[in-house]
Amino acid sequence: MSSLAVAVRSENLCRHYHMGETLIRAVDGVSLEVRAGEFVALLGSSGSGKSSMLNLIAGLDRPTSGTVVVQNRDLAKLSREELAKYRLHVVGMVFQSFNLIPSMTLAENVELPLRFAEVDRSQRENLVREALDRVGLQARKDHRPSELSGGEQQRAALARALINRPQLLLADEPTGNLDSHTGIEIMDLVREFNRQLGMTVVMVTHERALAERYAERMIFLADGKLTHEQPNVPAGARPGTQGHA
Amino acid sequence: MKLPDLTELALRNLRESVLRNSLTTIGISVGVASLVAMLSLGIGLQQMASRRLVKSGLFDTIIVTSRRELRGMSREEERTGPNPAESRVLDEPARQEIERLPNVLEAYPDIRFRTELRYEDKPHLTTISALPSSAQSNDAFEGMQGSFFSSETAAEVILQKSFAEELLGKTQPLGAPEPSVAELAQPLLGKELLMRYAQRAAAPQQPVPPKTNEAASADDSLATAAYSVVSREQKLRIVGISDLDVESMRGPMRAKVFLPLKLAESLHVMQPNDVSEISRAASDQTVYSSISVRVKNPAQVQSVEDAIKKLGFNTFSIVDASRGLRQFFGVLYAFLGIFGSLALIVASIGIVNTLVMAILERRREIGIMKAIGASDRDVKSLFFAEAGAMGILGGIAGVILGWAIGQVINFGTNIYLKRQSLPPEHFWAVPWWLVIFGILFAVGVSLVSGRYPAGRAAKLDPVQALRYE
Repeated sequence: MSSLAVAVRSENLCRHYHMGETLIRAVDGVSLEVRAGEFVALLGSSGSGKSSMLNLIAGLDRPTSGTVVVQNRDLAKLSREELAKYRLHVVGMVFQSFNLIPSMTLAENVELPLRFAEVDRSQRENLVREALDRVGLQARKDHRPSELSGGEQQRAALARALINRPQLLLADEPTGNLDSHTGIEIMDLVREFNRQLGMTVVMVTHERALAERYAERMIFLADGKLTHEQPNVPAGARPGTQGHA
Repeated sequence: MKLPDLTELALRNLRESVLRNSLTTIGISVGVASLVAMLSLGIGLQQMASRRLVKSGLFDTIIVTSRRELRGMSREEERTGPNPAESRVLDEPARQEIERLPNVLEAYPDIRFRTELRYEDKPHLTTISALPSSAQSNDAFEGMQGSFFSSETAAEVILQKSFAEELLGKTQPLGAPEPSVAELAQPLLGKELLMRYAQRAAAPQQPVPPKTNEAASADDSLATAAYSVVSREQKLRIVGISDLDVESMRGPMRAKVFLPLKLAESLHVMQPNDVSEISRAASDQTVYSSISVRVKNPAQVQSVEDAIKKLGFNTFSIVDASRGLRQFFGVLYAFLGIFGSLALIVASIGIVNTLVMAILERRREIGIMKAIGASDRDVKSLFFAEAGAMGILGGIAGVILGWAIGQVINFGTNIYLKRQSLPPEHFWAVPWWLVIFGILFAVGVSLVSGRYPAGRAAKLDPVQALRYE
């Protein structure tokens, strides 16, 4: 176990901010490690700091103190420009509200990170097709998000998260806006990315059942602090693959 | 992000809120149109003015006089330079030397004398001056009846309108409507006049044309400095009547009767300065009281003037007056430009407003783009590209609009001029540099206006932006 590379490590990580007069300790001294290829769930009630934790790992936010190191990058030390590069190439994100750009078709939404990465137009087309094939949305590629169901939108978001081949997939309540059946479809896809592409997955959720079904480890947060963690044997895990996790 | 992607995304964003962005773009185009319209009016007026002035021959002509002449143009000139008594004589070799200077189109002597003309046996005293054939293109002869001289040596004459009236004995009472030139021309064209004049004849009887013995005159100039004055007569045919106003003509040309230059030269009419120059002039070399020098381009007047001064002559031109004129147009441009740009400033506030609105509307979108890896620079350039695209579109539309406004006003004014039976004028000019300047200016103003919104968009905190619904 310890011989495996560490994908994410935080040490005494804090994110405090002021809201009017009061100091909010959204993340308050969290130390944790996520190994490469692991599927981890961050669990907690609303306001527990799990989303703030995810934003820090994603490089969308900067810590007040402490360190967060992802794939050997100390995020607190990166410039704004370097953080943007990091988000572009190292991390893929999916959100509860899908966050597709409404004026663009699915294909254009999926293509957008490739434009930021300045990938050649000719290559982009193939990469977009591949990604849409993987999530089974090739037929819908010219539709706008508003014309699609929530499940389809989240699949498109997954395709977009995947397009620059990141090592880390961060999911913030990915099934929060979906019915349970569609949620399972999406989570199956996430697990497929984890197993077949070897992506490390950190998923924020407040549904314990969902975490138990997919995560290999559950980390519990409350009031910005890590309360405990618990290894888990995900349902439907193949005996061989999950043994060493 | 690469430029094609940037352009594509910017254009699609502009299409997303078509109404607002087109209104902003129309704002820019109205601003550019007013700027282009104002400046092209200024340019058109200047071109019209300089066209007229160049045609009048005032601005490309230098008048050269000998320093021996008493009518020095300025005190300063009298005090500096060579002593007038030792200075050069303004004769044919000097004329040829001046004509060989760079940028000189022609240098011709100003021949002007007062003498008697007989028409139907009635004598009339008047001033006669000689015209080079290049004077034909002067707009001074635009309203002329009849034709210009058939050749430079033809025994022909053009009369000024008031002299024609005098010949016909039609002196108008003050305030009465002037007779038209055509009316005056009808009885006179083709008729003959008899000119009596004093010829300066060389004492050794050899009326050699001046050009041929340039070399001889250079050396032994005192040898034959003597001549006699003979009274002569010359028949002249009236070929044209000019409606030119005597007062509007420049000095050496100011006369009521005009002869072809070469003919006038060959007559060797006694000139007022002949007596004062008798001690210096070579026998058969005419000494000119002044020479008119035409320069290729009014801009070269100053340099040619300097070169002639170096040869030892006095010069005079209206270059100073034209400098004042240029200054006037400079101020006029500045004023028209400022008024024109006021509309563009209003338009630029429109751009800022539109883009700030767009940031508020697209806050979430900006957050998404940053979350999936857009850098500050990507976001900033996207907003810049949108501002720039509006600038280009507005600039092109504005130049077209400005040009169209000019055409309409030009057209309208010419209808008015036609009704007043005045010739049409083209006082509206949109040179190509103004087209490019208009578009670039619009883009520049748009980019400057886009700076603040673009910077604000780039600095958006993605976490906050994503929370925003």
